[in-house]
Amino acid sequence: MKTFTNKLRCDILKMIHNAKSGHPGGALSCVDILAVLYKKVLNIPKDWDKSPDFNTRDRFILSKGHASTALYAVLANCGFFDINLLNGFRILGSKLQGHPSSRANLAGVEVSTGSLGQGLSIAVGIALALRLDNINSKVFVLLGDGEMQEGSVWESLMNANHQKLDNLVIIIDKNHLQIDGATDEVKTLEPLDKKLEAFGFKTVQIDGHNYNEIEKALIEAKKSKKLTAIIANTIKGKGVSFMENNASWHGKAPNDEQLKAALEELC
Amino acid sequence: MLTKNTEIKSPRNTYGDTLVELGTKNPNIVVLDADLSCSTQTVKFKKVFPERFFNCGIAEQDMMTTAAGLAYCGKIVFASTFAMFATARCLDQIRNTICYSKLNVKIVATHGGITVGEDGASHQALEDISFMRSIPDIKVIVPADCSEVKQVIEYAANTPGPMYIRIPRTNLTNIFDENKYKFNPETPLKLKDGKDLTIVSNGETLIEVLNAAEKLKEVGIEADILHYPVVKPFHHNLLKESAIKTKKVVVVENHSVIGGLGSAVCESLCQYAPSKVYRIGTKDTFGQSGEQRELMDFYGLSDKKLYEKILKFMDVK
Repeated sequence: MKTFTNKLRCDILKMIHNAKSGHPGGALSCVDILAVLYKKVLNIPKDWDKSPDFNTRDRFILSKGHASTALYAVLANCGFFDINLLNGFRILGSKLQGHPSSRANLAGVEVSTGSLGQGLSIAVGIALALRLDNINSKVFVLLGDGEMQEGSVWESLMNANHQKLDNLVIIIDKNHLQIDGATDEVKTLEPLDKKLEAFGFKTVQIDGHNYNEIEKALIEAKKSKKLTAIIANTIKGKGVSFMENNASWHGKAPNDEQLKAALEELC
Repeated sequence: MLTKNTEIKSPRNTYGDTLVELGTKNPNIVVLDADLSCSTQTVKFKKVFPERFFNCGIAEQDMMTTAAGLAYCGKIVFASTFAMFATARCLDQIRNTICYSKLNVKIVATHGGITVGEDGASHQALEDISFMRSIPDIKVIVPADCSEVKQVIEYAANTPGPMYIRIPRTNLTNIFDENKYKFNPETPLKLKDGKDLTIVSNGETLIEVLNAAEKLKEVGIEADILHYPVVKPFHHNLLKESAIKTKKVVVVENHSVIGGLGSAVCESLCQYAPSKVYRIGTKDTFGQSGEQRELMDFYGLSDKKLYEKILKFMDVK
């Protein structure tokens, strides 16, 4: 798994370097979770809508759409689309839009995200539709911790609980940083676990870079009939020493030298 | 096409009844509301199909994105609340989730316009058409009577893609003969033929325009009356032909003069048939509390005020 996630990290950095823009920090913090999801947990056919199992697939919504490179890297390396498409990230006419776009018709991308605070409600709507249609798939949605400051997230947490959704799993990529600095300093979310529990969720805290912990929590949540929120403690910029825990790498591309140094660390 | 039966009916009741009819035929139809189901009359659907009705509570943003998720899975989703809260509060959700992903969500907003009445400015949506019209890939429809409301809702259920349908709080006088009128989203309608000016309207101001035009006719002013229920996508030809003939255009709407039908007409005419245009709607202002008819008079939208305003406009050379 480590070799695989190193490859994903390299792809993420190359994409952002090539595009001269993007969001490395939050992609590197959630990429281990995405790797485990797609390798071990989600039941999603690689041939996407051409598969007879398309309608019964699990759903994954990347609510923190700015981590698009993590999603694109995982999808490409899992064979959803040609890996060469990664070179087009953020370039005019590309299917790999800055934030995931369903208009781009890219295998593996569900709905468009990017404007924060909306992915969870979308996931709730999908979960309701699956329940109406008696489809036993699970809906996974990944949010950023900073994103939890959006009021609309709490509206949909309330709705998920009210609707007693047992087919929804929430993962929070808690990297403790947002654009303007530490989440605790900008607008604290604490106690996040208690708040989620008060909203009717079972919470599980994990190390979001420990593959075993990630897998165990996701598999248990997938089986569980109780609404689960996995709080994954992560490091923004994880894997590249000079990016780790540094908010300034939220939305900045590495230059040639920085890319070289980062790739050397990862290879 | 026009009816002599000037019965007054509730468009919200029509909406609720039509949802039930559609829901009976199509199990894919689901309905969402934000704690106003008794006002919007989606409660009618809830009573018959409780499992396909979702009350999102007083959380309109959550309603719109939940609607998006349901639509993404193939449901035909009607989401309703007051026009004020359906648009302004949820603009980002509508733009970035519903419209950007081209999802099959029908936002049917009631209580559009100044005639919300006594609740006052906080509840009077005067900018909703403007907000919605600026978003790509959403159809914006403002029906004028109950037979049209019914057909527009049926059309919405059978046509993929995002739509915004605006219904007033007020009861509407019948305009169309329900047996003869067929709503066609592709063609606006000419309801009266005149030579002196063109009047464009939709929604609840259409009946005011028709009544004002009767009085104008008595003083020798004959107007082409154009009904534009579909504000977006805007169909240019009928307006263009009429404006080339009359050279004077009046637009009447229960909405701000900024960004609504008046703006759509000006955008069309400046490209296809530059003309003198007089936009009648609420000015760049907030509304206020008052009885519905009083407000229509105060903001110059009643048939009587329209008559006076248009007479003045016709004198200006």
